[in-house]
Amino acid sequence: MEPLLKVENLRIELTTRTGVAPVIDNLSFELGAGESISFVGESGCGKSMTALGIMGLLPEKVGRIASGSINFNGEELTTATAKRLRDIRGNDISMIFQEPMTSLNPVYTVGEQIAEVIRAHQGLSRKAAWDQAIELLDAVRIPNAKGRVSDYPFQMSGGQRQRVMIAIALACEPKILIADEPTTALDVTVQAQIFDLLNDMKRQTGASIIMITHDMGAVAEMAERMIVMYAGRKAEEGPVEQTIEHPRHPYTRGLISCVPHIMSNISEERHALTEVPGIVPSLSDFGQNRCLFASRCNMVTQKCLEERPTEKPFANGQKAACWYAEEV
Amino acid sequence: MAFLQKFLIRTLYAVILLAAVLVLNFSMMHLAPGDVADTISQSMGGADEEVLAQIRADYGLDQPFLVQLGRYVGNVLQFNLGYSFFYNAPVTDLILERLPATLLLVFTAQILALGIGVVLGVISARRPNGIASHFVTMLALFGYSAPVFWTGILLLIAFSLKIQWFPVAGMRDVTIVGGFFTHALDVARHLVLPVITLGSLFLALYSRLARATMMEVLGSDYVRTAKAKGLTEREVVYKHALKNSLSPVITLAGLQFSAVISGAVLVEAVFSWPGLGTLAFQSIIARDTPTILGILFFSALVVIVGNLLTDLALRLVDPRVGGKR
Amino acid sequence: MTDSPLIPTEEIPEARHPFAEAWEMFRRNHAAMVALVVLLLIILAAIIGPYLYPVDPFDMVWSPFSPPGADGFLLGTDYLGRDLLAALIHGARVSIVIGLAAAVVSVLIGVTVGALAGFYRGWVEELLMRITEFFQVLPTLLFSMVIVALFGASLPMITFAIGIVSWTAVARITRSEFLRIRELEYVTASRASGAKNGKLMFRVILPNALPPIIVQAALMVGSAILFEAGLSFLGLTDPNVVSWGQVIGSNRQYILDASFTVTIPGLAIFVTVLCISLVGDGLNDALNPKLRQR
Repeated sequence: MEPLLKVENLRIELTTRTGVAPVIDNLSFELGAGESISFVGESGCGKSMTALGIMGLLPEKVGRIASGSINFNGEELTTATAKRLRDIRGNDISMIFQEPMTSLNPVYTVGEQIAEVIRAHQGLSRKAAWDQAIELLDAVRIPNAKGRVSDYPFQMSGGQRQRVMIAIALACEPKILIADEPTTALDVTVQAQIFDLLNDMKRQTGASIIMITHDMGAVAEMAERMIVMYAGRKAEEGPVEQTIEHPRHPYTRGLISCVPHIMSNISEERHALTEVPGIVPSLSDFGQNRCLFASRCNMVTQKCLEERPTEKPFANGQKAACWYAEEV
Repeated sequence: MAFLQKFLIRTLYAVILLAAVLVLNFSMMHLAPGDVADTISQSMGGADEEVLAQIRADYGLDQPFLVQLGRYVGNVLQFNLGYSFFYNAPVTDLILERLPATLLLVFTAQILALGIGVVLGVISARRPNGIASHFVTMLALFGYSAPVFWTGILLLIAFSLKIQWFPVAGMRDVTIVGGFFTHALDVARHLVLPVITLGSLFLALYSRLARATMMEVLGSDYVRTAKAKGLTEREVVYKHALKNSLSPVITLAGLQFSAVISGAVLVEAVFSWPGLGTLAFQSIIARDTPTILGILFFSALVVIVGNLLTDLALRLVDPRVGGKR
Repeated sequence: MTDSPLIPTEEIPEARHPFAEAWEMFRRNHAAMVALVVLLLIILAAIIGPYLYPVDPFDMVWSPFSPPGADGFLLGTDYLGRDLLAALIHGARVSIVIGLAAAVVSVLIGVTVGALAGFYRGWVEELLMRITEFFQVLPTLLFSMVIVALFGASLPMITFAIGIVSWTAVARITRSEFLRIRELEYVTASRASGAKNGKLMFRVILPNALPPIIVQAALMVGSAILFEAGLSFLGLTDPNVVSWGQVIGSNRQYILDASFTVTIPGLAIFVTVLCISLVGDGLNDALNPKLRQR
């Protein structure tokens, strides 16, 4: 069966003061209907850019898709018209963002902000859209939805606002929901509630979920498959449990060892608590023909500095872009 | 309820401010060399000390400061701002007669500057290197630096004397006969140049701020959300972004009321607009103290009412202002 | 994910005197530099002009309304046949002196009010900010017209009348700077080491609050010049001195006969104030550390 979303050799370029940098460099992945995948990596690795690229929301005049293809349900998005992309956004593919405190418009009621997207895509009347907004608020478990629907965002807590964002994103029953660090800004207890809600909604609507996070706990909780990004490139991809159990890329290994409790849940042995030393390379260094992780890797050889690693597939579905994937 | 309460507190505060203006007025009158008795004696062509003392006693000028102040405030509460010996009329009547002309000028200029300023701000925020944006920059540079009365005279030379599109002075043409509409049109024709002169000064201010806030708002998270919903460009800009960029501009406009009135004084002088500014100008030349102080009081009143209106306008565009919390 | 580069790529500049750095920034701003040069020329003209061009601006030297360049008068003559160039040169003195003096008055009042309010907080702040609001409610020009009308149109009184209505912006800026700076570590440190309030306010906090105040003061000179021009345009000026606004005011009835008697002095005001605000903008960019990093 054709995958719902198929991204091939995607290259996204960002114009910076120092020049043009490929923030996404030759990225390919697939997403099946009803599947959940997770993008993992430190800040500045291009996870959000992937999401914005799919949505057609790259920052104007700064970011652009240089090459590659994004195929959604048999339709090419990189060449689609602005109008067609608008029809898809919020309708077939929708997105929730990291900052619930600032992602809602402060001067409109939450009801209006939900109803608006329903009116835009389903042509419902004001009244019908408003009633549906109340239902959606109820579905995302906001108590007394009928009373809260005319509230303004400033009258709600961060967790409630993120629920409203989820209601907006799910209002038109999208095929894909992109969640960009949806819980980072929230308290730990609220985080768990939001994950529960997302999992339930996914079960009810059958939507595919692309979850962007740097939290390995969230990955384990939400996704079936994970993609580890480093400096705009895919470092590793694979089923969540197996990848966490046996990472095939030194970077993945480093990320996982940062989170001891995940390790102890899945495997018995416990590594010493380490972190990945060093920082992500500067944007101006992206795109070089070498392994960009080399400067932080303890397995580095001359080869890593001379040539960009190719992707090595493993029998269990894992793929890793490392010259020494078998040895990790 | 909370809003009503807040509004009442604001109103009470406004009353206190006005009372302070009265005290200031009276103190200045008291401190200034010469008093009403001198004015009266001057208008009588001079008087000796005895007559002066008699006048002072008649007007209570020999009473202690606080007693006089109390009586002054009491009079003002009965809408009595004193008597103008120059115009031979009660100051309140004089002012109420000129007030509508000034209000027309000030509010037309403010509303137009605000409206056009916001539109210019939006257009230039979307195209930071476009014509509108450069126009805003030039206008701001000119508006800050050109004396408003000079701008007015230049416009007068260009549009009333060289090409005679607009009348040279005043507010109406007494020779015109016709119904209400004809007269309204006549006033509007007279209003054009004064409003452009006064309004462009503040247009520069508002459009610059509108451009800055609009640029900030266009980069905000909720505008990204609006785009992610698949809304059209127009909905994103004019529904989501615009309403958010309004409140700083309205706040600024509220703060500018006193400056607008100051500008109006000069503009009225240039175009002989029959408002408070012209009255102030004439009464200052005539050393007509009660009228001058009455004008100061009334203009403070206009500023305060303007500020209250601003609060109400802010309430309309931003639910966070004084809402239930 | 558009975060700035994570590795610092620029070398760290060696520490220099902050004013040297600000001057370096200022020098790179061409508009501000040109404006500064023009401004210095205007000031120079105001200082030595009357000696180089010894014509009394009150003397009726020729027939009225002689156009610029004709009859040997570079800028022509006004409605009484007085030399316009002489009026401009002498008027420059008044404009600049009043502009500077009124700015000094309003900065003194504003800094004092703002510093006390920002430093002591509590009821002092409440009271002072209410007073500030009170002054913002009075239409500035009308208020100073009243002062000049009641207490006489001498230059010191005009200066005072402009200063007393213009300080509110300085007070607000000073207060917010004080509120910000008083919470910083080095202030707490000097407080802990036993510095007295006076020293804290004027030796520790004020120097660090100066950049925005300096910028505001520069702009203030410009608005004071405009203000004085407005007053003298209305005839509220010392009748024994010439000023730019007054030349416009007294000639404006004759714009049909000779518009240059109005346009030329206005241009002088415009250019002077424009230069001051360009220099102010340049100062702002040079002194504002947030902008400096861009």
